[in-house]
Amino acid sequence: MNRTGPIAKTLQYLALAGYLIFLGFPLVWMLSTSFKPPREMVEIHPTLIPHNPTLDNYVEAFTEQELGRAALNSLQVSLSTAVLTVLVALPASYALARFKTRLGTAALGWVLLSQLFPFVLLVIPLFLILRQVDLVNTHVGLVLVYVVWALPFALWMLQGFVRNIPRELEEAAAVDGATRLQVLRRVVAPLLAPGVVATSLFAFISAWNEFFFALVLLKSPDLATLPVTLARFVGVEGIARLGPLAAGSLLATIPSLLFFAFLQRRLTSGSLAGAVKG
Amino acid sequence: MLRKLVAVSAALLIGLSGCGGGGDDEEPSSGPVKLRFLSLAWQKDSLAANKELVDKWNAEHADIQVEYVQGDWNSVHDQLLTSFEGGDAPDVFQYESAAIGEFAKQGYLADVSGLLGGDFKSEISQGIWDTVTVDGKVVGVPFLLESQVVLANKKLLDAAGITVPAAGQGWTWDEFQANAQKLTKGGTYGVAWALKSPTNRVMNLSLNFDGKFFYTDGGKTEVKVGDAEKEIPRRIHDMLYVTKSASPDAVGMGGTDPLPGFFAGKYAMLPGGVFLRQQMVEQAPAGFEWVTLPPIKGLSANQAANPQTLSISEDSKAKKQAAQFVEYFLNPANQARLAQGDWLVPTGKKAGEELVKATSGKQGWDVAVASANDLTIAPFQTVSGYPEWKTKYATPALQQYFANKITLDQLGTQLVDGGKQVLR
Repeated sequence: MNRTGPIAKTLQYLALAGYLIFLGFPLVWMLSTSFKPPREMVEIHPTLIPHNPTLDNYVEAFTEQELGRAALNSLQVSLSTAVLTVLVALPASYALARFKTRLGTAALGWVLLSQLFPFVLLVIPLFLILRQVDLVNTHVGLVLVYVVWALPFALWMLQGFVRNIPRELEEAAAVDGATRLQVLRRVVAPLLAPGVVATSLFAFISAWNEFFFALVLLKSPDLATLPVTLARFVGVEGIARLGPLAAGSLLATIPSLLFFAFLQRRLTSGSLAGAVKG
Repeated sequence: MLRKLVAVSAALLIGLSGCGGGGDDEEPSSGPVKLRFLSLAWQKDSLAANKELVDKWNAEHADIQVEYVQGDWNSVHDQLLTSFEGGDAPDVFQYESAAIGEFAKQGYLADVSGLLGGDFKSEISQGIWDTVTVDGKVVGVPFLLESQVVLANKKLLDAAGITVPAAGQGWTWDEFQANAQKLTKGGTYGVAWALKSPTNRVMNLSLNFDGKFFYTDGGKTEVKVGDAEKEIPRRIHDMLYVTKSASPDAVGMGGTDPLPGFFAGKYAMLPGGVFLRQQMVEQAPAGFEWVTLPPIKGLSANQAANPQTLSISEDSKAKKQAAQFVEYFLNPANQARLAQGDWLVPTGKKAGEELVKATSGKQGWDVAVASANDLTIAPFQTVSGYPEWKTKYATPALQQYFANKITLDQLGTQLVDGGKQVLR
């Protein structure tokens, strides 16, 4: 058996710490910037801790743009997208994983291919279709677009999780007298929970961060989502109002962090270990 | 679990349909005319001015109500293109003259020449109206201009015995270069040329020496790089590598990147757009004295005018009312206020006068407003393949030249060859 020596272990921890710093630095810098007055942002030797911390950036961000309402809009749209995506992807992924047909194979191919289309190519036909059904400038229309956009990848993810559930478990339940629906509900569904959580996280984050469809499909200021609202702090030639932008962006990360924190404990793996005799 | 998902989903959808708006607003058969105005204001004061003027209009015009919609510069092109194609464009929208030509050629923009009053039109010079005239139609109302000036560290100028020129009496390029030389000492460079995106700056300043770059003959446009076109790149290059009065560090920087160095006294002068003055006011350290120097002169002080504009969509059902709103929004007092909020120059003569009076010419407003007289339409603004030429050929070639990787003749050859690839 290989045992990791103290030096190797130290190096591993150092590497991990370095990676965490690399990941966390932008967030820390954003936090620092959000409390800096404008003069401190252009110092030739910038500091991580502001000399004269201020809340002005937060006040500006909230008074000029309706960030609170935009956050609520984003939350509503993203949660709906996550739930609907899972609802649609769950049965479809089960069918794809369990029933081997030519149609299923073709469907998987199409799912992969659909990922190649760029947003810009799709947005005008999409706009025209949604306009026909009176769904432009509504959150319902936007959620539908997000669900359709997230579905291919969600299908891929979930069908992988379904494949990992041994068929023998379903067969054993059937032998014990469970109906097909009971098998799905009592055996498959609980074992798929980590997959459902992972998929919903993916769908939530993709909707939470999406900018272009929200920009084009929502016209009323009351309906704007967070990414669209935050973009208003960036002006011509890439010049940004860094203070309010950092303050707004920092606040924008909080709901997704909470969503992660809430769901991550359900992201357990290994629950199937030993379920079936090898 | 499935049951829970279904329940949550249903609840969310019901919630969404309840508060998500009810689709496109139908034009009511009676009641006030409703206009949608897409604004690109993003500076604090400008935002406040825009919203306040719209509110004021709405309070005074019960029969024509304007909805203020906030856009942003980085995505407005795609946003507008999609809404034009989808038949759902805002009635009035803000953009810039160089960008609306493409929309005008596709028939998306209304001709406003017959919708605006004579007094309003006469406030703006013909050279500026030319920038928004496409195939004989006036497709936008120009209202904010940006010119290239030079911001300078006053203490360093004083220490070198250099007098600040008055508005409208800028230095010649020879004087500018000589003064930059004088200011280069003790770890300080005379100038920081931020040349990360050099093409527009070179195209603009080349008009100082009548450098046109684009020549059209018999309907065919080609790029020519003669002595006039070489003058600006050569002079900047000389400052960087011959006289060494310009900092080579700044060459790869964007417009505002040299500010920390400028504030720290590393660079004495910073050429840039008039809007940079706002960064001075907001970000300069206490006690830092700065001045705005007028545009530099060659054969003239001409620069290209690329005004911000307000256009009316061809599909708008209320063009006449939209034009009424535009005239109100851009009356001299309002225009002066909008210009002050954005730190740009108003196109209207009276607006400029009001602005100088209101600010007593401080913070470079006298210089900024006077610089508007030298702004005119430039050949590159009407060439349809310009954006592609700029991105694929001009910018990389100029970056190489300013990094001292190729010669001036090689630069000329690359620009001409690039023109052959993309221009028709």
